[in-house]
Amino acid sequence: MSILIIYLYQIAFSLGIFVLISLGLAIIFGMMKVINLAQGEFIMLGAYLCLITTQAGIPFWLAVILSSLGVGIFGVIVERCLIQFLYGRIMDTLLATWGLSLLMVGMVTTIFGPQEAGVDAQLGKFQVGDYSIAVYNLVLIGLAFLMLLLTFCLWRYTRFGLVVRGTMQKPQMAAALGINTKYYYMLTFGYGSALTGFAGAVLAPIVGNQPTMGSFYVAKAFVTVIAGGDLPLMGTLLASSVFGVTDGIVSFLSTQVVGEICVLLVAIVLLRLLPQGITGRFRRGI
Amino acid sequence: MFIQKFFETPPSQMPHRVWWTLVGLAVAIGLLIPRFTEIDVHLDLSIVFIFAILALSMGFLWGFVGMLSFGQTVFFGLGGYTYAVWSLNYNETTFGMILAIFIPVLAAAALGYFMIYGRISSIYFTVTTLVVTIVLEKAVRATSDERFKIGDVMLRGQNGISTVPDLQVPWNHHETLFLTGVYYLAFILMVLSYIGLRLLLTTHFGRVLVSIRENEHRAEMLGYDTRRYRLMAFVISGGLAGLAGGLYGVWGNFVAPEMMNLSSAASLVMYVIVGGKSTLIGPLVGTGIVQQATNWLGTAGLGQVNLILGGVMIIFVMVFPRGVLPSLGTAVTYLLQSRRHLSVQSDVVGKNAQREA
Repeated sequence: MSILIIYLYQIAFSLGIFVLISLGLAIIFGMMKVINLAQGEFIMLGAYLCLITTQAGIPFWLAVILSSLGVGIFGVIVERCLIQFLYGRIMDTLLATWGLSLLMVGMVTTIFGPQEAGVDAQLGKFQVGDYSIAVYNLVLIGLAFLMLLLTFCLWRYTRFGLVVRGTMQKPQMAAALGINTKYYYMLTFGYGSALTGFAGAVLAPIVGNQPTMGSFYVAKAFVTVIAGGDLPLMGTLLASSVFGVTDGIVSFLSTQVVGEICVLLVAIVLLRLLPQGITGRFRRGI
Repeated sequence: MFIQKFFETPPSQMPHRVWWTLVGLAVAIGLLIPRFTEIDVHLDLSIVFIFAILALSMGFLWGFVGMLSFGQTVFFGLGGYTYAVWSLNYNETTFGMILAIFIPVLAAAALGYFMIYGRISSIYFTVTTLVVTIVLEKAVRATSDERFKIGDVMLRGQNGISTVPDLQVPWNHHETLFLTGVYYLAFILMVLSYIGLRLLLTTHFGRVLVSIRENEHRAEMLGYDTRRYRLMAFVISGGLAGLAGGLYGVWGNFVAPEMMNLSSAASLVMYVIVGGKSTLIGPLVGTGIVQQATNWLGTAGLGQVNLILGGVMIIFVMVFPRGVLPSLGTAVTYLLQSRRHLSVQSDVVGKNAQREA
């Protein structure tokens, strides 16, 4: 019985991590079609902001909110200075954001040094049979789904969400209806960045924070969003489930690296079978 | 004039006489350099040539077929490891070098099949190759345990394999290529790859590749199975990258996961962007420039290489998206034309003046 619970927990945890790290990218890449290779570094920035603010004595959850806001503002600045000149030049966007990612790694290394640093947010553990489960990890799973739900509601039930979706689908039509599309592009990018920063901040207590940590996530995030297909949120959820189950089970039986390789193999086979992504044939949804 | 002739022949035509002359001149200079320089120069130049082959493999695929593959460093690393493992196991290097091309070719065919026959768009192709790079590097890093060995060779994870043997002369196993020998080998292979790819572009196959870059749908409508052509191009460039990897193993007697990590992929992209991807000579020149610049930065101790690499990449994408060489070519052509224009004008003015007189 306890082994079953542990399996379920492993799968849920992997799934949660996948949702958490790819949600921001689902908006930036899935909706806006901006290839942001600095996505991993946005996560890193969120983690480091969380680190700084908690070390300054601010309580953890407030620090998480502050870091997401910080990364959101950073995203808006990046959009204004870099991305806005590159809409439609998809390869150039990719290269420029890659440059940005190297720049960010270099900067953070220069300021904080290359060593790992931790954030403390222990909420205790409980025993299941021979294994112990950290309460914080359960909170993390909950938060991942909360964010997904929140984003869904924002897109689906608010005027802002409607305008954003319209702008991303047909910018010219939206502009003809009197919407300042540039402004909405900027806000959407900022929102995606804030979600990414949030992921970094809440992950900070359970991973080693170092300047190069971004490359651990960027691959997973892109695989998830690409495999998800046309509908960013639904696709992210479905792809996360597929990869979460694979990763959870394989990592538990073997090592994390083997888990990741299996995820990649599944993703490549999925690309052959469903080149449009899992949600490629869905007619509607978000 | 020379520069104009060099740049303006379209890739589908046989290169101009001037091109052959210039290439011949460059080869002569390259072969003469070792006679007049010290051994450390040979060592430095050999690695530039090896990376130039790698950059060529990326520039060919990116500039002429329109597929940007970050997987080139994967094939580079795979080639290096193949050479190392084979030659350490069997104490025989010629076949090891052949395998260093062949195994990456197989890997490229397998990976390419799933991506290209899945008809994923070019941008997803790029990202997928990037993901493969990240994951494979991680996988190699995780092989530090003693269990991971191929034959008698331990992979040693992130420490790499540091006893890679020198390349033996195929007909005499006791004679090995060393320093200057490696220089000649790398230089000749680089020149051959360059000329080979340049001539490949003039063939029917090459023209179809360029037509795919221009408009894939149209090429398909004309009856070409574009997937097959793209896969072939991917495989060729994978083999070339594998060759570079094998040479790298020979050059440094060392292979490590760093060969295929993200920052080596980044410097590779830099080589191609700086040189410009619209010509095949671009990646070669770009490699030279960037390698020299990185060496200089390293000795100048200006701190984080990443910082500068990232900044330069952004500047190039925003300001010189076509690279140094094509921009230079355009500038020269423009200058020449405007001067000719001026002289024609002054001629006309002179004649008019005569007539009036």
